[in-house]
Amino acid sequence: MRRILAILLENEPGSLSRIVGLFSQRAFNIESLTVAPTEDASLSRITITTIGDDRVLEQIVKQVNKLIDVIKITDLTERSHVEREIILLKVLAMNDKSRTEVKRITDIFRGSIVDIGKQIYTVELTGDADKINAFITTLSHETEIIESVRSGTVGIARGEKALRI
Amino acid sequence: MTKQLFTGAEMVVKALSALEVKYIFGYPGGTVLDIYDAIFQQDQFEHILVRHEQAATHMADGYARATGDVGVVLATSGPGATNCITGIATAYMDSIPMVVLSGQVPTNLIGDDAFQETDIVGCSRPIVKHSFNCRSLEDIPNIIAKAFYIAKSGRPGPVVVELPKDILIPDNKGEFHIETDVQLRSYNPTKKGHPKQIKKAVKTITEAKQLVVYSGGGIVLSDASELLTELVEKLNAPCTNTLMGLGGISGTHENFIGMLGMHGSLEANKAMANADVILALGARFDDRVTNNVKKFCPNATIVHVDIDPTSISKTINAHIPIVGLVDRVIKQLLAELEHINYAPEPDKQDAWWQQINQWRAQKSVSYQQGEGKIKPQRVVEAMYDITQGEAYVCSDVGQHQMFAAQYYPFAKPRQWINSGGLGTMGFGLPAAMGVKLAFPESHVICITGDGSIQMNIQELSTCLQYKLPVVIISLNNRSLGMVRQWQDMIYGGRHASSYMESLPDFVKLAESYGHVGIQINHLEELDEKLTQAFAIKNRLVFVDVLVDELEHVYPMQIRHGKIDDMWIKKGVKA
Ligand SMILES: Cc1ncc(C[n+]2csc(CCOP(=O)(O)OP(=O)(O)O)c2C)c(N)n1
Ligand SMILES: [Mg+2]
Repeated sequence: MRRILAILLENEPGSLSRIVGLFSQRAFNIESLTVAPTEDASLSRITITTIGDDRVLEQIVKQVNKLIDVIKITDLTERSHVEREIILLKVLAMNDKSRTEVKRITDIFRGSIVDIGKQIYTVELTGDADKINAFITTLSHETEIIESVRSGTVGIARGEKALRI
Repeated sequence: MTKQLFTGAEMVVKALSALEVKYIFGYPGGTVLDIYDAIFQQDQFEHILVRHEQAATHMADGYARATGDVGVVLATSGPGATNCITGIATAYMDSIPMVVLSGQVPTNLIGDDAFQETDIVGCSRPIVKHSFNCRSLEDIPNIIAKAFYIAKSGRPGPVVVELPKDILIPDNKGEFHIETDVQLRSYNPTKKGHPKQIKKAVKTITEAKQLVVYSGGGIVLSDASELLTELVEKLNAPCTNTLMGLGGISGTHENFIGMLGMHGSLEANKAMANADVILALGARFDDRVTNNVKKFCPNATIVHVDIDPTSISKTINAHIPIVGLVDRVIKQLLAELEHINYAPEPDKQDAWWQQINQWRAQKSVSYQQGEGKIKPQRVVEAMYDITQGEAYVCSDVGQHQMFAAQYYPFAKPRQWINSGGLGTMGFGLPAAMGVKLAFPESHVICITGDGSIQMNIQELSTCLQYKLPVVIISLNNRSLGMVRQWQDMIYGGRHASSYMESLPDFVKLAESYGHVGIQINHLEELDEKLTQAFAIKNRLVFVDVLVDELEHVYPMQIRHGKIDDMWIKKGVKA
C-alpha cells in the first residue's frame, strides 16, 4: 500500500542523510522524497512516499521517530489529506496541430504553458499523482515528451490537525 | 576584568572534566594533537594510550559495561577514526553508552580529500545512536554535553563527535559555557510505562498457567536486577536470561532456568515453547534466541517491555507492548500486583514447575570430563570455583564464550561482559582492561580462544604500561572452534580455514611483553596452576590451556526449527 509520511525534523547538517540512510539500511522503499525548510528555519519538513504493509509501516514510523533529530512523523494516508505534486515537461510543439493539442490538453488539466521555444513548449501541472500520470499519458499520445521532472509528493492533513512543535 | 578565553582543545578537556570523566582511551595523530597537548596539562582525568584504536573503543566499552558510565574514546582523523568502526558497531549492537571524539581535517579542507580525511560521521552513520559535526569552537562544550546525554539516556548507544583541527588550535579562542542539564526538543525518551498497559499486563500475567519471564540486556543496562528478582519471586515464575542478560537474576537462583536460545538450556527453550504467557523484559527477540520466527511460540501471549519502540513487534508480534525504562516498568508492575493483593497459588503453579523440573533433570548443560584431554567446560568450572563466582568475566567470541556463559553462573549483573550482538572477536582483552581500570581490586578475567586473542594481542603492551593485571584464560583448541563446529555439523566436516597452524608460543609471547605466561596441558595440573595464576595479584597472567580440540558446544538449536528443537549432544535430539 502506498503511504505518504510527513516528517518534521531539526534543520541540521546530516539530518536528511540520516533519514535516507535509514531507509536504505533497513531495506525500506522510497518512491519519492521532498525536503525544504519550514517557515521556522530551524526546522525542515520532509515528505516521503513509500510502499509497505502495516507491519513495515509501523517499523518505518518507529525507526524514523527514533532518530534523534526527528521531532514528529505522521502517516498522512491514515486520514483525509491533501496531496500535491508538480511536474514540468518539455514537449515537442513543431506544427500547428501539435501546438494546439498541447495547449488544449494543458487547459483541460488546468496546467499552464510556462515557456515557449522554437519547437518546444514547457508546461507545468500541479495535482495528485493520478492526475499527473493521466496528463503524461494523454500528452504522450499527441506529441513527444522531451524531458520531464516531478517534484515528488507533498501533503498536508485536512481540517484542524497540524504537524508542528 | 576581561573574560577568560580558551582554545577549542582546552574546551574539550574542560567539558570532559565537567562531565566527570575519569578515563579516556585513545591514540594521537595530527588532527588531535592540540587535544593531547591540553590533556597533558591537566590532571582531572587520565588518558590511556592503547596500541590500536579498535582496542580503545572496546576498552571504553568494557569500562562502560562494568560501571554504567559513558566510555570515552579519542582518535585522530582518517585511519584513527576508521579503526574505531568495529568498536562503535559493537557498542551499538549491545546498546553501550560511548562517546567517540574524532579529529577531522581543518574545515576549509573538508571535501578536498585532504591528508587523513575521511567522513567519519558518514562512515559511522548506520552504527551510531547519533553524531555531531562540530563547526565552531563555542559549540564544543555543549555538543559534548549533548553527546553524553544522548549516549546514556533512553536506549544507550555510541555517539560520534567530529572535531576539525581549525577549531582546536591555539589561534582561535572563545568563552567556555556548558549546560550539563541537557534538554532536546526532538528527543524525549519515554520513561514510565502506560498505566493501562500495566494493568493489562498484570491481568495477563496473573491469569497465566505457564508463565515465563524472559529477560535481556535491558535489565543489566538499567540496573534492574534486584527488581527483576523481586518480581520473579513474587510471581514464583521461571526466569530465563539472554546471553546479554546473564546476571540479571543470579545464576544460582532457584527460579533461574538458564540461558535461552541457540546454546541455551533445554529447560529454558522448552519453557518458552510451552509458555502460555511470555513476559519479555528488556530483551529483543533476537534471531539467536527465537530460532525460526515463523515457528516461534505460537500459543503464547507476549507482554513486551522495552525502552525502544522499534524493538517491539519487530521480529515477533507483541500482544501487550509496554514502552518504558524496564526498571520503572517493573516497579509499576510490582505496585499493581500489590494493588490487587496478588499472591501466587502454589497448586496452580505446581504442574508447570513439575514439568520444568523434568526438563531440568535431563541436565542438558553438562559434559563428560573423562581421563583424557582437558575439557574446556572444566576450565570454566575451575575458574568459577577459584574466583568463588565473583570475577568479572570478559569474553571474546567463539566456543569459549558459550562455555563461559553456560558454566559460570553469574550472581550479579555487569559481571559478564561480552559482545553478544555483533560477536566481535578481539573484544575480550581490551574490554577486560577497561573493567580492570574501573575495579582494580576485583578478579578480572579475559576468557578467550587462540583465534580471538590474536585479534587485539598488541594490547598486552598497554597492560604493562598501565599495570593492568587481568587474568587471560585462553581455551586453546588450536582452531577457530566455533567455525569448525559448524563445519562438522553442516559442511560435512570440511575444515576450510578453521584451524590455526603456526600458533605462537603464548607463554613466551606473554613473557616478551613483560607478563607471566603459564601453560596447562594436563588435567592433573589444571586446578593447581589456575589457582597459582589467580594468586598473582600485580602482574598480568596469560594462561594458555590446551583443551580438547574436538569438543562441541551443546545443547544447540537445530537450524530453522522451533525454539526448542535442539541437539542435546552429538547426534542426539531433545
Ligand atoms: C572479527 C570476527 N571475525 C570472524 C568472526 C567469526 N567467528 C566466530 S567464532 C570464530 C572462531 C573463534 O575462534 P577462537 O577465538 O579460537 O575461539 P573458539 O571457538 O576456538 O573457542 C570466528 C572466526 C567473528 N565472530 N569476529
Ligand atoms: Mg580456538
